[in-house]
Amino acid sequence: MAQETPAGDLRLANLTKTFGPFTAVDDLSLTIAQGSFFALLGASGCGKTTTLRMIAGLEEPTSGQVLLGDRDIAGLRPYKRPVNTVFQSYALFPHLDIFENVAFGLRRRGIRSVDSQVREMLSLVQLDGYERRRPTQLSGGQQQRVALARALINHPQVLLLDEPLGALDLKLRRQMQIELKRIQTEVGITFVHVTHDQEEAMTMADTVAVMNAGRIEQLGAPADIYEFPATAFVANFLGQSNLIAGEVSGSNGDDTLVTARGARFSVPSARARADEGPVYLGVRPEKLHLAGAAVQVPAGSQHLEGTISDASYVGVSTQYLLRTSWGTELSVFVANSGTQQRFAVGERAVAYWDPRHAFLLGRRADEDDRTTPVLDQPVGASS
Amino acid sequence: MSILAHVPAGSGQPASPPQTARSARYRFLPYLLLLPGAAWLLLFFAVPLVQLASASLYDPEGSLSTGYALTWAFGNYPTALQQYWPQFSRSFLYAGMALVLALLMGYPLAYAIAQKAGRWKNLLLVCVVAPMFTSFLVRTLAWKTILSDNGWLVGLLRDVHLLGPDGRLLATPIAVVLGLTYNFLPFLVLPLYASLERLDYRLLEAASDLYASPLKTFRRVTLPLSMPGLIAGTLLFFIPATGDYINAELLGTPNQYMIGNVIDSAFLVRLDYPQGAALSFLLMSAILAVVFVYLRRAGTEDVL
Repeated sequence: MAQETPAGDLRLANLTKTFGPFTAVDDLSLTIAQGSFFALLGASGCGKTTTLRMIAGLEEPTSGQVLLGDRDIAGLRPYKRPVNTVFQSYALFPHLDIFENVAFGLRRRGIRSVDSQVREMLSLVQLDGYERRRPTQLSGGQQQRVALARALINHPQVLLLDEPLGALDLKLRRQMQIELKRIQTEVGITFVHVTHDQEEAMTMADTVAVMNAGRIEQLGAPADIYEFPATAFVANFLGQSNLIAGEVSGSNGDDTLVTARGARFSVPSARARADEGPVYLGVRPEKLHLAGAAVQVPAGSQHLEGTISDASYVGVSTQYLLRTSWGTELSVFVANSGTQQRFAVGERAVAYWDPRHAFLLGRRADEDDRTTPVLDQPVGASS
Repeated sequence: MSILAHVPAGSGQPASPPQTARSARYRFLPYLLLLPGAAWLLLFFAVPLVQLASASLYDPEGSLSTGYALTWAFGNYPTALQQYWPQFSRSFLYAGMALVLALLMGYPLAYAIAQKAGRWKNLLLVCVVAPMFTSFLVRTLAWKTILSDNGWLVGLLRDVHLLGPDGRLLATPIAVVLGLTYNFLPFLVLPLYASLERLDYRLLEAASDLYASPLKTFRRVTLPLSMPGLIAGTLLFFIPATGDYINAELLGTPNQYMIGNVIDSAFLVRLDYPQGAALSFLLMSAILAVVFVYLRRAGTEDVL
């Protein structure tokens, strides 16, 4: 039933799900293009898994539509939908061997000769020869691939992946990310991937939707979201950002002028999400550079002075914290390329940046500077 | 897993360290722990069983007053079987009917308690077990009241013409089967519950996601995964039900007597020990045969 009907874009229209007084998904509308790799990214409890379960049919929407092409599938039982899921727990059937697990969907649709299809699928996920094993005899990574094969063999119009790599260790996760992307390109099926791991989302997805409190905060290509986040939440959920509270003080040609802590800065107007009132001036840590004194700052750059309060050497980069005169600590990642000057804790330094790398975000008047603590695996510095 | 198990052997290390007195002592520990149970079984199960086996081969001409002689009278077996064949087959028939009824009630009950009851789970389990707090005899006598000719149930069934004006439930096969069903139901429900309680609902979601309708999901996932509990529960129900004599005694008439009643009277009324013992062994081997065939079939993956 899945492969005969022409696939179409997956559209969610005003999708809402409430559990009692709690709104898990709040009037969500979005279009996922056919054949794309789409990631729903968010912290736990943001409604991303509920959204996925509504697409799968395992959760009934309180209101709204799930459209596949022009067909509203929101009312269909899960077993009637041309949609398959790779579950977070894998949910492999423990009483069936690997072959029967993978053949399950085909058999339930009354397909008799499944042998060649199952073998083909097992070789796609590189599990040839494992047909007669039981799920418990496989490692986590192998089980994950069985779960993928079991879903893919049905040629669904949409494949849903619910944090499928969450239980794997870091190295295996990286391997599977590449593998998943390869398979998606090969089969050309729409993948909707739910994850709380921003790096995973960016590695694999063509389009990322960052969810927060049941709503989509921003949607776009990973690089676009990272380079120009729409909200303070996105700026700090996807990687980290130095957000300095300021006020728009006017404009100058193509630039928007900002006053923050008594100093004046400018940002290209194309990179400003707000053009008046309280704003955040944002710069990513890897876009900041360090110099010993203001005179060393190249022309055209803007800068802030401070004292180095922490320096962590993490191999590919050194992550500094620069304490400004008003107490905010800015994160600065300096690549260990061997050409950069090293700074010691307690030294005076100047952080400078190219204004074209900064961005302006709207800010509530009562919000102060926002910088995040140094992460173990910052996006800008890893691999 | 096999790879792991072989690693020490292939790792080029010297052979395992010499056996110390300590490890030898630990080797005997399991047997030591077995001792009390084994002694108990020997004294109170194996010895009486041998005793009973020899009694079944006593000279049938003997009696309690004149004494019995072990004459290896194998003829006791065919004689007993010939004489009490109807009661024998009736035992299996009634127990089988009761088992079917109990499965029809017990499976949905166990499933509901395990998967759907939420915070009522423990209360419902207590309800299943609670009747066991009173004696088996009292419970069966209560059924005598329920099924009695002037009870509300018979009255109701007569009113809706399911029973004739003189129809009765007590002293019929129905009464005995109902009694058996009721009395042994918890033995079926509890193991089934234990199996179904462990059933991961996410597997049911996965089945549903993979085109299995609720019926197919039950047939292909729920049922196979509850098989251990189903097998255990079926055996725990069927074995005592087959040998039961209280239900036939209290709710039936001699026309509904089962093999248990015959054995009971052979030992306690007719004082025909050889025949009672022979019937006991016949019942035991018949049950063992049924269980063996059942386990052979149920032990494979294609039970149905």
